[in-house]
Amino acid sequence: MFIINCPYCGERDQTEFSCGGEAHIERPKQPTELSDDQWAEYLFMRKNIKGIQFERWNHIHGCRKWFNVVRDTSNDKIHAVYKMGERPPVK
Amino acid sequence: MKNKYSIFSLIKNAFSGHENWQRAWRDPAPKKEYDAIIIGGGGHGLATAYYLAKKHNMTNIAVVEKGWIGGGNTGRNTTIIRSNYLWDASAGLYDHALKIWEGLSQELNYNVMFSQRGVMNLAHNLQDVRDLKRRTHANRLNGIDAVWLNTEQVKKFCPIINTSPKIRYPVLGGTLQKRAGTARHDAVAWGYARGADEMGVDIIQNCEVKGIKRNGDTVEGIETTKGFIKTNKIGVVAAGHSSVIANMAGIRLPLESKPLQALVSEPVKPIIDTVVMSNAVHAYISQSDKGELVIGAGTDSYVSYTQKGSHNIVEETLRAILELYPIFSRMKMLRQWGGIVDICPDASPIISKTQVKGLYFNCGWGTGGFKATPGSGDLFAHTIANDEPHKLNAAFNLNRFVSGDLVDEHGAAAVAH
Repeated sequence: MFIINCPYCGERDQTEFSCGGEAHIERPKQPTELSDDQWAEYLFMRKNIKGIQFERWNHIHGCRKWFNVVRDTSNDKIHAVYKMGERPPVK
Repeated sequence: MKNKYSIFSLIKNAFSGHENWQRAWRDPAPKKEYDAIIIGGGGHGLATAYYLAKKHNMTNIAVVEKGWIGGGNTGRNTTIIRSNYLWDASAGLYDHALKIWEGLSQELNYNVMFSQRGVMNLAHNLQDVRDLKRRTHANRLNGIDAVWLNTEQVKKFCPIINTSPKIRYPVLGGTLQKRAGTARHDAVAWGYARGADEMGVDIIQNCEVKGIKRNGDTVEGIETTKGFIKTNKIGVVAAGHSSVIANMAGIRLPLESKPLQALVSEPVKPIIDTVVMSNAVHAYISQSDKGELVIGAGTDSYVSYTQKGSHNIVEETLRAILELYPIFSRMKMLRQWGGIVDICPDASPIISKTQVKGLYFNCGWGTGGFKATPGSGDLFAHTIANDEPHKLNAAFNLNRFVSGDLVDEHGAAAVAH
């Protein structure tokens, strides 16, 4: 349980948000060209990092906008928040 | 040779004030090389080592554990054991485990306090009723005991449930598996550790794995806080930390690790003599032999390795518990904790070879791995020893995420995911 600083609404309790999982997983540009292995990679395989993770959150009980969060999964500390389409901060 | 535990050994040791009990397992330093190494000294890992030694004569093996044995999810679950899963593959897997549970205390000469007190799953809406009835039929076709109970029968089996039609989610019935129940989770780890140790397995505690050494497509050993240990077979049973180990080995897994919470109340006199689970309102409850109510809550929705869990999850669960059991309204909760569970996209485990020769993974048990401990160990041992899965765990391979042949138990298993 932690506080998330929504880039649109400011600081709110984590319960107002919904986590969308790992960020920057790119949708295949040519889905018809993909092999089964590549589909498995895109759909299922996750970094599941213990440490600094880049992830997507949605302020579902607020502005309902998506944005990105850089969070340390070993202690739930948030290091950065940035909007969709923005470049992720360098580690 | 270990002394056998019995009523006579108990009396004998009573005379010396219980100060001369033999050590249950040794505390060896790691050898330079083993035939196989199991990473993770929880119930599943220790069971794997036990069956590798017992059924496959692999005794030159070690279990390495970064903390103390049974200190992870083995000691953090709500100890529920059942096998009433919907799909054939899952039914086969979990009932295999349940059959081993039934004779486990005798086999290990260690009382795991397996208690077949029954597990009841409640239905709160029409779709629940349909799903649970379908599941009882599926269970019976697979030879697993299951019966459907109507509301009066639920009330008769567990009188403290509020079956009033006026509550927010009224009880419309439920299923009962009588062979299901609970066991003492620490004893399971300790019993397997003692049994494995007796056959020569080295159980190395406080030894954290720091790296997996690979030579091309094969494994050569592990780097640990106690030095390098050579081996050409590694079985990883690291639960919430499976992805961390996979990362060391350079392979990818379809897992997400999330905190799952449980809590216990102050101890009271016997009040609930079975296990009651409710999928729809997410509350499950039983009573330990010490008298504490054991309550399972849900997972957080985000990846975290903090072993804590959020307060709102506990709040939701207790709200549901109070609606169903108003009698507990003044109970005090004593302890709350979290365990990190590794969840697969199809909510089924992975007991499998990998693309790296000699590297095996047993993971993805998500929120319900304890019940499978003996079966999981037995089948994983078979997979490691023969470099081939047993027919009962063939469906639980890692390749199913490529082939699409998933074992989708999400929601379909009477499980509070």
